[in-house]
Amino acid sequence: MKQVLEGSHAVSEAVRLARAKVISAYPITPQTHIVEALSEYCADGSMDARFICVESEHSAMASCIGASSAGVRTFTASSSHGLALMHELLHWASGARLPIVMAEVNRALGPGWNIWMDQSDSLSQRDTGWIQLYCETGQEVLDTTLQAYRLAETVNLPVMVVLDAFFLSHTYEPVDIPDQKSVDTFLPSFVPRISLDQQEPNAIGQMAPPAYYMEMRHSIQMAMQAVLPHFIDVEREFNNVFGRTYGPVTPYACDDAEYIFVMAGTSASTCRQAIKTLRDQGHKVGVLKLKMFRPFPYQYIRKNLEKAKKVIVLDRNCSFGAGGIFAQEIRSAMYACKAHPQIFSYISGLGGRDITVDHFFEMLDRTEKSGYPENESVWIGLNP
Amino acid sequence: MNHNSQEAISGCIMKSKYPATDYIMSGHVACPGCGAVIAMKFALQALGAKTILVIPACCWAVVAGVHPQTSLKVPVLHTAFETSGAAASGVRAALDMKGDTETTVVAWAGDGGTFDIGFQSLSGACERNENFLYVCYDNEAYMNTGVQRSSATPYGAQTTTTPKNAWKSHRKKNIIDALAAHRIPYAATVNIAYPDDMMRKFKKAKDIQGTRFIHAYASCPTGWRIPSDQTVAISRLAVQTNLFPLYEVDKGTDYTINYHGNRPVAEYLKIQGRFKHLTEKDHADIQDMVDEDWQLLKGKAA
Repeated sequence: MKQVLEGSHAVSEAVRLARAKVISAYPITPQTHIVEALSEYCADGSMDARFICVESEHSAMASCIGASSAGVRTFTASSSHGLALMHELLHWASGARLPIVMAEVNRALGPGWNIWMDQSDSLSQRDTGWIQLYCETGQEVLDTTLQAYRLAETVNLPVMVVLDAFFLSHTYEPVDIPDQKSVDTFLPSFVPRISLDQQEPNAIGQMAPPAYYMEMRHSIQMAMQAVLPHFIDVEREFNNVFGRTYGPVTPYACDDAEYIFVMAGTSASTCRQAIKTLRDQGHKVGVLKLKMFRPFPYQYIRKNLEKAKKVIVLDRNCSFGAGGIFAQEIRSAMYACKAHPQIFSYISGLGGRDITVDHFFEMLDRTEKSGYPENESVWIGLNP
Repeated sequence: MNHNSQEAISGCIMKSKYPATDYIMSGHVACPGCGAVIAMKFALQALGAKTILVIPACCWAVVAGVHPQTSLKVPVLHTAFETSGAAASGVRAALDMKGDTETTVVAWAGDGGTFDIGFQSLSGACERNENFLYVCYDNEAYMNTGVQRSSATPYGAQTTTTPKNAWKSHRKKNIIDALAAHRIPYAATVNIAYPDDMMRKFKKAKDIQGTRFIHAYASCPTGWRIPSDQTVAISRLAVQTNLFPLYEVDKGTDYTINYHGNRPVAEYLKIQGRFKHLTEKDHADIQDMVDEDWQLLKGKAA
């Protein structure tokens, strides 16, 4: 059934359909619409779940960890400082191998206080062992949230479904909401592999001395490496039932492209618009939208970029003292390729500053005119 | 106690009136004389097998077993330091959604993880009246990390972060009053030297719905610099000097005192290494504080 939905509500519809049983959340703009909708569903009975109004994001993740360890499907949502506050427990959730799903709305970190679009919050957490999937449209948000539970419960790792602050969270788009019966077939009840067990009393999460710890960590990496093939399977199944698929990356006009833009999030939509104009002008340009960031889809990045002359990476984030984070990881991925396209890193659109087609024209222009990247990352759109 | 001639020869036989079942296995790594283990022993004997423990970072996180061993016969969820209140809320919610309303969820935390870093999540859980029992076993410092001060460390004590003449000059936080102010259905103090009282309170707490809080005095020979065979004796003195009164608060407002002590605090302070630097003037100051708190408590119980 197609409805015009706000991006936030695409998340809440998916969580409702996924039959999450414990939702534990703390408000932070611009995620609040997600959890407000869920608390209404819990209150009016359209969801059979317990909604815990915790007193901080740290406690939100802690209670998800508690609930997931006791064997039920859980959900939370956060953004920016809230996500940052959860940091310690993001590590805990993946270390505990819990299939928690969280919606993370990409928002800037302060000071100054800024509630708008920025990728620094989720990317600061890239080392925490969470699967990270970046979305571009409301439909993709709904679909990815449903798929996230399948993926999480298959590999026993938590999943972060990421959407742009306001550009996606508060934008209304037509979204096809699947029926409950089809979702139940695609996503059956959660059967935990390990949970607190009264019959066979067990201890979960104990001290692990040097003789044991490393193997536990290795198993997380092994699980991460299993994600990509499982993701392909899950997407294939989803496509069979619902008729939609995205891929870990989505190429557009890349086959014969000399210049390929790479980015995650809603700026990919703007970029495709720019590509259409540039192609009309005779530029051989394409765009590769990045959806899966953790695990990093090395083979997909290499396969799609190795024939390009130059790669233009857009980062709406900055790792201070280094540069754009997507660019760093793409450079690292391409190092192993025989072909070495030049990787140009541009930082723009921080703290909600808009990225327009003109910015993409400027990025292409600068890239065309440079033999080599002039800097680790070049900032575009700064006020003089 | 039976005084017949056979037992006179073989020694006095104390018939234990406590259940024979022990939920702790021997071979665990607690220090000799650890009061916190005695507390757990009585707690689990009162609560029974249908119990899930949520244990944050604290001494018991280690005593409960280092992977791949566990020393407890009930399920244990280890969690991060400051999360007991929140993690226990999540476990309870999950069990309820699975249709299990019988298993008792028990957060079992030290004073650091309760009074300090864990206070927020505990307060949040209390305000929501989450349905679990929270037990703070109080050895009055961050013992697991080497005896640093917490807000449960008593006035006058030396710890590694309140050393020498910088001994703790702030009074112990009144955790029962702080939590009673949330109007939780039940809050109580217990002491390992008073097992009847302790068992009664755990059994009472088990059958109450909502957030129940038990503050368990658990002496620590290692951190308090006392001989390990004095654990129980010193615990008893804490109650007898009114320094750690035994009392209960029902519904956040009805105070009941369970024991009226009358011994001078100096008796308690003189025999502990952590207090040996205190002068007679300090003892007198502490006596005044204890007397003041005792009067306040009696006023609430009136």
